[in-house]
Amino acid sequence: MRRSMLFLPGNTPNILINGDALGADALIFDLEDAVSPDEKDAARVLVRSAIKALGYRGCEIIVRINGIDTPYWQDDLREMIPLRPSLIMPPKTSCAQDVRTVDEFIGRLEGELGFEAGTVRLIPLIETALGVENAYEIASASGRVAAIFLGGEDLTADLRCKRTREGAEIAYARSRMVVAARAAGVDVYDTPFTDVNDDEGLVLDAQTAKSFGFTGKAAISPRHVPGINEVFSPSMAEIDYAYEVLEAIRLAKEQGRGAVALRGKMIDAPIVARARQTIEAAEQLGLGGNRHEK
Amino acid sequence: MKNDKLTPSIAEAVRQCGLRDGMTISFHHHLRNGDYVLNMVLDTVAGMGIRGLTVNASSLFDTHMPIVDHIKNGVVTGLEADYISGGVGAHISRGILKKPVIFRSHGGRPYDIERGASPVDVAFIAAPTSDPMGNCTGKTGPSACGSLGYAFPDALYAKKVVVITDNLVPYPLQDWSIDETHVDCVVKVDQIGDPSGIVSGTTKITRDPVGLVMADTAAKVIAASGLLKDGFSFQTGAGGASLAAAKYLKDIMLRERICGSFGLGGITGYMVDMLNEGCFETLLDVQCFDLKAVESIRTNPRHREISAMHYASPGARSAVVDSLDVVILGATEIDLDFNVNVHTDSQGRIMGGSGGHSDTAAGAKLAMIIAPLSRARLPIVMEHVTCVSTPGETVDVLVTQKGVAVNPRQKELAQRLRDAGLPVCGIDELKARAEAMTGVPQPIARGDRPVAEVLYRDGSHLDTIYNV
Amino acid sequence: MSSLVRKSAAGTMESSDVFVEIEPADGLEIEIESVVQQQFGQAIEQAVRDVLCGQGVTGARVRLTDRGALECVIRARVETAVRRGKESA
Repeated sequence: MRRSMLFLPGNTPNILINGDALGADALIFDLEDAVSPDEKDAARVLVRSAIKALGYRGCEIIVRINGIDTPYWQDDLREMIPLRPSLIMPPKTSCAQDVRTVDEFIGRLEGELGFEAGTVRLIPLIETALGVENAYEIASASGRVAAIFLGGEDLTADLRCKRTREGAEIAYARSRMVVAARAAGVDVYDTPFTDVNDDEGLVLDAQTAKSFGFTGKAAISPRHVPGINEVFSPSMAEIDYAYEVLEAIRLAKEQGRGAVALRGKMIDAPIVARARQTIEAAEQLGLGGNRHEK
Repeated sequence: MKNDKLTPSIAEAVRQCGLRDGMTISFHHHLRNGDYVLNMVLDTVAGMGIRGLTVNASSLFDTHMPIVDHIKNGVVTGLEADYISGGVGAHISRGILKKPVIFRSHGGRPYDIERGASPVDVAFIAAPTSDPMGNCTGKTGPSACGSLGYAFPDALYAKKVVVITDNLVPYPLQDWSIDETHVDCVVKVDQIGDPSGIVSGTTKITRDPVGLVMADTAAKVIAASGLLKDGFSFQTGAGGASLAAAKYLKDIMLRERICGSFGLGGITGYMVDMLNEGCFETLLDVQCFDLKAVESIRTNPRHREISAMHYASPGARSAVVDSLDVVILGATEIDLDFNVNVHTDSQGRIMGGSGGHSDTAAGAKLAMIIAPLSRARLPIVMEHVTCVSTPGETVDVLVTQKGVAVNPRQKELAQRLRDAGLPVCGIDELKARAEAMTGVPQPIARGDRPVAEVLYRDGSHLDTIYNV
Repeated sequence: MSSLVRKSAAGTMESSDVFVEIEPADGLEIEIESVVQQQFGQAIEQAVRDVLCGQGVTGARVRLTDRGALECVIRARVETAVRRGKESA
């Protein structure tokens, strides 16, 4: 269950050492934007050393490497792949070839290390106009791709528009990303909300992302993590409804009826599938108590 | 009619009170790090050639560094306090006093003064406003500090009482805190303190993400404790994470429409907000921490000043702490038996004191310690604390950013917290988790000369602090 | 494995970090200033020696100003300083 992904600046020990206490489902160790060019070497070593020593139990580990147009990304991967992070996040991914370049290099490292091929997966960061247009080919470029992730800041710069609290300017990109990801059968994550002090704006932004179909959302501030987790957890009403759906199906089967209605609406296969997903998520999160016993 | 008590100088007041070598003088700390009065009085008595005094101050701050020279020169040979900040504390820890400092709690001090275990010969009371007969208050004047709660035992039980003010108003001052029946002399000086050091403009909640995680957990612990219902009472410190916990608690109280009975303690603007938004019926205020609190105690009749005895004295028929539901407290160290150290830093140097820590822990139904798992590579949970400031029997729960430990005596509370999905674990597990990150620290070296004796609120001996 | 060729540094003076300065020398000289000297002075020195040994450095003057860094941070900063010191400027 990955609702929130929290960026941790790769060269800041004070924040790195408490990463696992901040409530995020996944941690993104950032070697890219959060690290100045003359500290790239230091950040790599620090992140490697911290992950090795601290383990970050209970959090999925993601590393954002530097872009393939920089001299850093291969060194980043040489340091990180031996740690077997769950996911590598290549930034500024604009086409399938970008994914394959990273994929092949990781494959080579996995071979050298004797890892099973494909152990480390990818979550390409899509943050250019071209990347959004190519979202489906990116999402389906390699078996390593587990999810795609929308970066709204760089994208709006590329689109030459202003990033707003409401986010109308990225609505098309959001839709396109979700459609592409679902078509390719991978997860999809929304851009961080950047105003650290606007708690209400964060929740609204996360609700918008959820309504578009995103799996979860990234955060640049730990303050945003609880809000994101709450929005992307099934609500009590959703959980209750899911149990009602399954109960209605069970009763219908018992009584040998084919069509089932609940609250005046026909229950079809997609609704049942949704209900099962909701309950699975709720159980993973320890929500919904002991209801499955009833 | 009795003569005007106005005395032209501190020196004259000292003479009139008959202060001699070897006596005890007392001070309150409501002017905190902005106080001028303690230094003024010590400089005066030193100039008069008086020596061998014991200073009983409810707290000493770094603005009181000149006391170090008065100790070295033999003017001050004894020291009693509830709290000593790090600058003065470092000197004490080096052993500049022959006699160990006596540390008490904010409740133990008035108890011992009242019952004569710690008699005061002359009390010097800094008063932001006074009339010529000594009716005085902290609520008004250029050096306003709000409540004068800690000055009450000094005023009531010292053999002689000198009020020192920089805002003399015509008789009678209407809204007095301490009345003229206790006062022998009144001295007008230019300034009793530096307003910027007396109260902070605003007290801010932490922005540190770890502090916010702890605060969020702390509020959830309170909500799950069963105590958060109408009539709820609460005290919290002015530390960043404690204030953040109060903010999260306020959110819960407003959402659930819970109306508490009182907020207690050192009062900050956050507690004032809680009062004004309907979280409490009353604030009971022994000390104000910021301008908003001072403004509130001056103008809001539901914001009441209380004396140190009323706050926490174990000798009182009852004190407010005895009716307290929840208190949030800090710690520099806590051990496997839940004993807490707030007196010394990790090197064993004095940099604090009980204040109301042990009083509120003893009184409250739920005494919560909130502290990060480690600070600067030092685990917060130790095998044994360097100094026992608050006995573990009175501490109920430790909240860290990576888990909540419940005192084994509180089985029902532990179950409630587990049922609420809070990350409950043993305090030994928290120690192990911290040490897995930090490594196991080597014990610190300490001297063999006692520099301070820590008394519990009932006057019994708790621990000894040695020189470093 | 190669020896140091120049003076270098890594880390910061921020809380929970350590500032490491290193320069070529005959033999090992390690100087540590730490806020947790009493509790972790020995452990810090051992960690520094481990990293130098692992990097094949036998001659260095190392100076650490520690602000309560965890061992993994100290190891990372020393390693970075050594790597930087091995590169010709």
